[in-house]
Amino acid sequence: MNPEIQGRVYPPVEPYLVGREKIREFARAVFAIDPINHDPDAARRAGHSDVVAPPTFPVVVQERTLAQLLADDDAGIDFSRVVHGEQRFSFTRPVVAGDELTAQLTVTGVKTLGGNAMVTAATEITDAAGGHVVTATSTLVVRGDDA
Amino acid sequence: MNDAVAAPAFDSLTVGDVVAEAAYHLTRDALVRYAGASGDFNPIHYRDDVAASVGLPGVLAHGMLTMGIAVQPVVDWAGDGARVTDYQVRFTRPVVVDAASGAEVGVTAKVGQLDAEARTVRIDLTVTFNEATVLGKAQVRVALA
Repeated sequence: MNPEIQGRVYPPVEPYLVGREKIREFARAVFAIDPINHDPDAARRAGHSDVVAPPTFPVVVQERTLAQLLADDDAGIDFSRVVHGEQRFSFTRPVVAGDELTAQLTVTGVKTLGGNAMVTAATEITDAAGGHVVTATSTLVVRGDDA
Repeated sequence: MNDAVAAPAFDSLTVGDVVAEAAYHLTRDALVRYAGASGDFNPIHYRDDVAASVGLPGVLAHGMLTMGIAVQPVVDWAGDGARVTDYQVRFTRPVVVDAASGAEVGVTAKVGQLDAEARTVRIDLTVTFNEATVLGKAQVRVALA
């Protein structure tokens, strides 16, 4: 892996329009039973404009930015050796159906530990008005030849 | 009019309180459903032959599925998932999902820290499979103001 990718900022990915059925599908997949994840009326009664995505839903949008990083030949990350080490979501507000989200990845950390390399990438996810929604941060462990 | 489910009372909480416990039965069907919903179609999450070929003990649950499930007891306790302001985990051990019997994942959610000024609580999760923890530093910050 190329250590000089520290600080690299990738171009924003195509805006992602969050659909109500996508949120319901994702909610079922993570065993989310909160009515605000499924029922627009329940969500509105709780003060939201439409159904609310479960806390880990932003990974669906973040994944597109990680694909940019992994496809960057200059970064030199061998996908077959990548293990997901850590994950974090830091919210300004939850994702709701109807959001049009833009995501942009910055490489915030690169280090080597033993034979392994670790890369931390923070994806800032913003809404159509430019407001911050959530930052999704992944630490990927790239196993060395002997690992 | 806002008739959201009331948040737990901040002043009633003490560090160490167990606020939620839950057990989830993961099956191969659940893995396929998560693959479709998330777009993560890595075959180690549904094909025994591929998992074996890369030296894994079996088909594994997506780490992001385990992370997604583990927060749900906290969401249910908080009364509104929108009260979750931060959620982080480390993936420390895999959850091996047997084709026939699946896998049992246990979640215990405890009060780890209280911030009286911000009216936020840090909930620490213990997530287990086969009597070992599978997530490290699994922390959920919930705003109760």
